[in-house]
Amino acid sequence: MSWDRAPVDISEIEKVSRLAAEEKREITYRDAVKEALTQVMETDSRVFIIGEGVDDPGGVFGTTLGLHNIFGRNRVMDVALAENGITGVAIGAALAGMRPVMVHMRMDFLPLAMDQIINHASKWQYMFGGKVNVPLTIRAIIGGGWGSAAQHSQSLQALFMHIPGLKVIMPSTPYDAKGLLIASIADENPVIFIEHRWLYDHTGYVPQEVYVIPIGKGVIRREGKDATIVATSYMVFQATIAADSLEKEGIDVEIVDLRSLKPLDENIIFNSVKKTGRLVVADTGWKTGGVGAEISARVTENVFSYLKAPILRVSCPDTPTPASSELEKVFYPTEEDIISAIKEVMRYN
Amino acid sequence: MPKNPTVTQAAIDIPSATLREMYLIMLKIRRFEEKIIELYPAQEMKTPVHLYIGQEAIATGVCVNLAKDDYIFSTHRGHGHYIAKGGDLKLLMAELYGRRTGCSKGKGGSMHLVAPEVGILGTSSIVGGITPLATGVALASVMQGNRRVAVAFLGDGAVDEGTFHESLNFASLKKLPVLFICENNFYATNSPLRARQPADNIAQRAKGYVMPGIRVDGNDVLAVFRVAREAIKRARNGDGPTLIECRTYRWMQHVGPNYDFKLGCRPKEELDGWRKKCPIKRYKKFLLDKNIISESEMTQIADQIDKEIEEAVIFGQNSPFPDKDELFDDVYH
Repeated sequence: MSWDRAPVDISEIEKVSRLAAEEKREITYRDAVKEALTQVMETDSRVFIIGEGVDDPGGVFGTTLGLHNIFGRNRVMDVALAENGITGVAIGAALAGMRPVMVHMRMDFLPLAMDQIINHASKWQYMFGGKVNVPLTIRAIIGGGWGSAAQHSQSLQALFMHIPGLKVIMPSTPYDAKGLLIASIADENPVIFIEHRWLYDHTGYVPQEVYVIPIGKGVIRREGKDATIVATSYMVFQATIAADSLEKEGIDVEIVDLRSLKPLDENIIFNSVKKTGRLVVADTGWKTGGVGAEISARVTENVFSYLKAPILRVSCPDTPTPASSELEKVFYPTEEDIISAIKEVMRYN
Repeated sequence: MPKNPTVTQAAIDIPSATLREMYLIMLKIRRFEEKIIELYPAQEMKTPVHLYIGQEAIATGVCVNLAKDDYIFSTHRGHGHYIAKGGDLKLLMAELYGRRTGCSKGKGGSMHLVAPEVGILGTSSIVGGITPLATGVALASVMQGNRRVAVAFLGDGAVDEGTFHESLNFASLKKLPVLFICENNFYATNSPLRARQPADNIAQRAKGYVMPGIRVDGNDVLAVFRVAREAIKRARNGDGPTLIECRTYRWMQHVGPNYDFKLGCRPKEELDGWRKKCPIKRYKKFLLDKNIISESEMTQIADQIDKEIEEAVIFGQNSPFPDKDELFDDVYH
């Protein structure tokens, strides 16, 4: 079963089904990211890529591979290890009319840039009464495993979800990765675009042409009536595996793929909770103050009377990431954690 | 590169219209800041004010060399740069009064000024914050091929910050058309330079980044003018960035309308010494000695400035506040 089957939003499913029937074009998530970058840079000279190692033989896990040969090293720019300064440079370039795409090979390097992101990018437009704006896209790559340990594995989306003025995107499929990255670069606001590298080899249908997916719209990956899983990024994939397993036990779950954390598609969450009455939020970050905490709060504020059970969260435990492979097994959230959480909410009547 | 050109040299290399303009700008900045001191006790300007009194020659000497579409960034101490680059006085005053007619629509206050129509892309109160922003704007100029120059106005405190290193490193590597104007007033709030840096050698540090670093008397507007003119020419020709350390002194307290010697923040003798080197007093003497402006013309200029400031005060005081639902405007574009 192809877990990234077209979504249930009618207009999208009709369009994607038609296009898929006409042209079965499947590419990887990483190639979808690269294709978005390539096509946007071909058509818009304001766009440039800036980041550590963007022109090296690894090409940032293949996502920028060879782009410097097409566009030159002035548009695919390697930089000094100066994350805060370079973010400021990117913000300045955006203020002067460019569309920089800054790349961090690991989201763990973003804390070095927090001053420029929080004190400048997010609030520059607001502080100046809307007279200037910062059309900056920051690609941050998450993922872990293989003993990457505490500083090469962090999912910090909750920190950015907290900051007014930022947009936060977490695509889970190749189709979404391309459409949302193009939308992010076209957006007039600073966007934190979070890619999970465990998804990089996943394949899926991706149209050849340029297209955008609206930021702030989630999608139903699987319809169900018993319980809702709201998931982000790699957890969408794990939710689909969990759903297949739960189906065999007669539990029918609905999967909501948020795609964007900020702005958040509240309605898709609320409508699903109204339908099922049970909610599990699955996110790649830590538990405390995480994405699940925010969604729980909003659901109880808005659709409390529909809840049949407490809202449970599947996330990383509140520890830094351990290195040992045995400890990694109990650190990263899996489909088993989702299955347990669903069974728990199903206990309530 | 002239070695510390001084006020007393005949300014035959500078057009008299420019000489007059610089006097007007310096006096306008001074009188504007003094007007804030006068009005502040009424507590209707509900914003922290970091006054530029004593440092006028730097904003003036640099900005007069810039075209309208060259860019500047400044800091929490930004009124002087805003005025020198041609920002509207009324919009500045209204911003201080928190009105929706303010340059930042009442959303920024004194520390966050903007005037994109004259190349002021914003001011930040995070020390060192704008150093890389100006660098990035200069990068855009190169990418767009438009020969516009960017100027970062920063203090000696900003030299402490990592962004100084990161910005000069990048600007020099990419040969960007950016000027780093360090207004060294020897204090970061009340913390003296000697408590923060191992040597008094800011201008020399540019050498480590393979770019020119020049030290100049920041209270000599002609010296600042000449050094800035050279650096801007170099930048526009694609010869890269320059660090200019302008040595000066802040007369008032770090924030607020008062002097700070009574609080023991800085020694009174130090302030007295620098007041004797007032940039406006010195320049006035030069202009009178060289018969560039007469005493009566100076009085006329002062009256005109005071009238303009008074009109700005009336505009600010009579402008409406933002509506409460404007709180949510401009979070996103």
